[in-house]
Formats: sequence, C-alpha cells, structure tokens
Amino acid sequence: MMPVLAIARREFGAYFATPVAAVFLVIFLMLAAALTFTLGGFFARNQADLLPFLGFVPWLLLFLVPALTMRLWAEERRAGTIEALLTLPIAPWQAVLGKWLAAWGFCIVALALTFPLVVTVNILGEPDNGAILAGYIGCVLVAGAYLALGAAMSALTRSQVVAFVLGVAGCFVFAVAGSPILGEFLSANLPVLAEAARGISIAERFGNFVRGVVRLPDLVFFAAFTGFWLFANAVILDARRAA
Amino acid sequence: MSEVLIEAAGLVRRFGAVTAVDGVSFAVARGEVVGFLGPNGAGKTTTMRMLAGFLPASAGAARIAGLDVATQGARARARLGYLPEGAPTYGEMEVAAYLRFCAAVRGGGDVAQAMALADLHAVARQPIETLSKGFRRRVGLAAALLHDPDALILDEPTDGLDPNQKHEVRRLIRRMAPRKAIIISTHILEEVAAVCTRAIIIARGRVLADAPPAALTAGGQDMEAVFRALTLGDAA
Repeated sequence: MMPVLAIARREFGAYFATPVAAVFLVIFLMLAAALTFTLGGFFARNQADLLPFLGFVPWLLLFLVPALTMRLWAEERRAGTIEALLTLPIAPWQAVLGKWLAAWGFCIVALALTFPLVVTVNILGEPDNGAILAGYIGCVLVAGAYLALGAAMSALTRSQVVAFVLGVAGCFVFAVAGSPILGEFLSANLPVLAEAARGISIAERFGNFVRGVVRLPDLVFFAAFTGFWLFANAVILDARRAA
Repeated sequence: MSEVLIEAAGLVRRFGAVTAVDGVSFAVARGEVVGFLGPNGAGKTTTMRMLAGFLPASAGAARIAGLDVATQGARARARLGYLPEGAPTYGEMEVAAYLRFCAAVRGGGDVAQAMALADLHAVARQPIETLSKGFRRRVGLAAALLHDPDALILDEPTDGLDPNQKHEVRRLIRRMAPRKAIIISTHILEEVAAVCTRAIIIARGRVLADAPPAALTAGGQDMEAVFRALTLGDAA
C-alpha cells in the first residue's frame, strides 16, 4: 500500500504545482453557487434543502472531472515519464490506484469547499442534514466513478485533448442513460435496452442519494462501476506500454 | 565466471511487421561494464526496455539477478537501476522531492547518498524543469542509483553532458563497476574504451560483436573503423 500512497501524494501535489487546482476549484465553486441561486431557484423554492445544488453536481462533474483526469496518463506518455514510473518495482494497478486516489481526494476537497451552502441553509431554516449528507456521499461516489472512467480514457492516448473529449463523452453516456428522453426512445424502439440503460445510469442512482436514501445496491453499483474502469485502466496500460 | 546479474536470452521484439530486436542474447556478470553500441534504430533502446521490464518481449526472456522480468517483474525491477532514454522525470517537482518520491515508491533508498553521487546538492530545491539538460540527466542517474542496485541499465547516461560532467559520470561508473553489473548504451566510441570491460555491437536487431574493446581493435583498426566495418558491412 505504501507505493500507492506515495504515488497518490505526488499526483495530488502535482495538481497544486500547476494552475489546474486553482482553476478547477474557482470554476467549480463559482458554477456551483451560480447554478444553485439562479437556475436552481434556491430562494424561490422557499425550502430548506440543498436539492437545487446537489442536482447540478453530476452535470458539473461531467465536464470538470475529465479536466482533472486528462493529464493523468496522457502527460506521462507525452513526457516519457511513464517509462520511469512503470520500471519502478510496482504493479501497474498500484500506479492506477494511486493516481485515482489523488484525483478523488482532490474532488473531495472541492466538494468540501461548498460547505457555505450547508451553513446557509441551516441558518435559513431547519433542513434534513441526514439527507444533505446522503447527497454529498452521492456526489463523492459520482466523482469517483467519473474519475475512474476519465483516467482509463487518459491511458488510451498521449494527447490531453483527446483524453478530455473521450472522458466527457464517456461520462455523458452514463449520465444520460436513464434520462426520460432516451428511455422513451428505447422503450418504443428497443425495449430490451431500455431496462439496461436505466440499470447503468449514474443519474438514476445519484437521484436516490439526493432523496436522502443510501441503499446498498446503489453503493455496490458505484463500487462496481469504479472498480471496472480502474481495472480497464490497468489493462489498457499493460497493453499499450510504449504507445 | 562470477554471478550473472543481467541476462538476455533470445530476446525478440516485433512492432507490427517490423522486427526491431531479433534474437539478442548476452549475459552480464558482476564486475562487468558492457558498452552497448549500434547505429540509431539498431534496437539498443528496445532491448534495454525489455531488460527493464517496460516493454514485453515478443519472444525470449530477460532476467535480472536470475528473476524473469515477465513473471517476477516487481522483484526483478527492485534489483535494477534503470535510466530510460532521455532521462524523463517530473519537471514540476524539485530534485530532492522527486528522489524522495522514487525512494518512497521503492520502499527505501538513500536520497542523500544518491544526490552526492550525482553531485546534485547545489540544485536540491530547484524544480527539475528549470535545470540544464546535463543536470536533468544526473537527476535520472541519481534515481537509478537510489537503492544501490546490483544491476544498472543506463541508456545514454552521458548524452547532453559537458566534457567535465562526462568525465565525472565515467569516473562514477568505474568506481561502482566492481560491485555491480552495468550496461551503458552510447554513441561515443571513446567512452567504450574508457569505461567498458566489454562491447556489444548491434545493428538491425542482431548482435554483431561481443568482445572486450581491446580484442575488437586488436587488428590495428581503431574503434570507429571496427564499428563502421561491422554495422555497414552487414548491409552491403
């Protein structure tokens, strides 16, 4: 476990050694607050909860998470450091896990910095803080799932732009899989796939957390989703060493 | 013969239809410094990458200290110090922080001693990307020496260094030589005579010569003439 933590620590530090961390945090917090108070209608709803905020988080992460992950492997390939990293006495999965943990930790910091919203809603009324906590757990899990997918996409290429676009596209597929528009289309044309699409939908699972419900099947879903993409990342890395 | 620490046994590497390395075999024992020579594209770097466990071999086996890099990879790599071509390092990190990172991933290593060997104390707190090419190469070299490995594979360790630095690196290699098995690749033929106990010349993925430098030049020709005769003569 020590090599994993060493890699995670280095990778976490690398976010702050470049403008990535500052830009990400500022944009994420600004967009989160702006969306909550404008489109989300935080005041107009006149309810002490964080639904207007939590509902937007997966859509924000959809664009921002691939910006965090695009660097992870593409930059290692471009700079050639992947050769120095993978010839250390570690298994590829240790590097994969370390990098993902660093990005996940960074996302958790970003989400934690939205705490003024929680404070605000507690001053204005008496929200169900249990439901808010469940919502945050959901956000953390969605971030972890997107990060695993984005990191795997980054391992495919040496171009950060390609990694970003593939990451957004991949996350988008799982975000909209359960949407009503797609659901209706599939029910009418390919009923077999309609149920499957809802089964892999990140938005659908996340909805349960926002409603304050933490169910074991949803936790298992996120663990499996994240685990699958981390595994895919290690496989891609092994197959495309010097690409 | 003493203990063999680096061994290539019939190594083959194909990239699509191209065979970059075509049945390369040799063994390097403790106390030997092998100069790995060949024209650009001869397969030197590919061979070294297979020995270091970065590239899987299409056929054949690579062993470090008797451990197969394909099946006992992590244990084999723990015994090896490897300087990849171009000495890639994380540019945004400070020199000392980078070496501490490598030591932490390895689970041990003497950062202070490695910095002293590569003469890096003056730049310990500088970000690597602000350093000259020669210093960056020495950071890579320090990372390879960190855990005092038995086997060393150095891909062009003196490339980009000024004459004084080249001299220092050669002196360092000579000093370590009795305790380790070392392979260095180079384009500088005098370097082979200066530090190597053996030279392996390869071209088009095959070993053309494997002998002490003195034996190669025994016919009265200098190293350059031998190199040209071997690597060009084969094509004619």
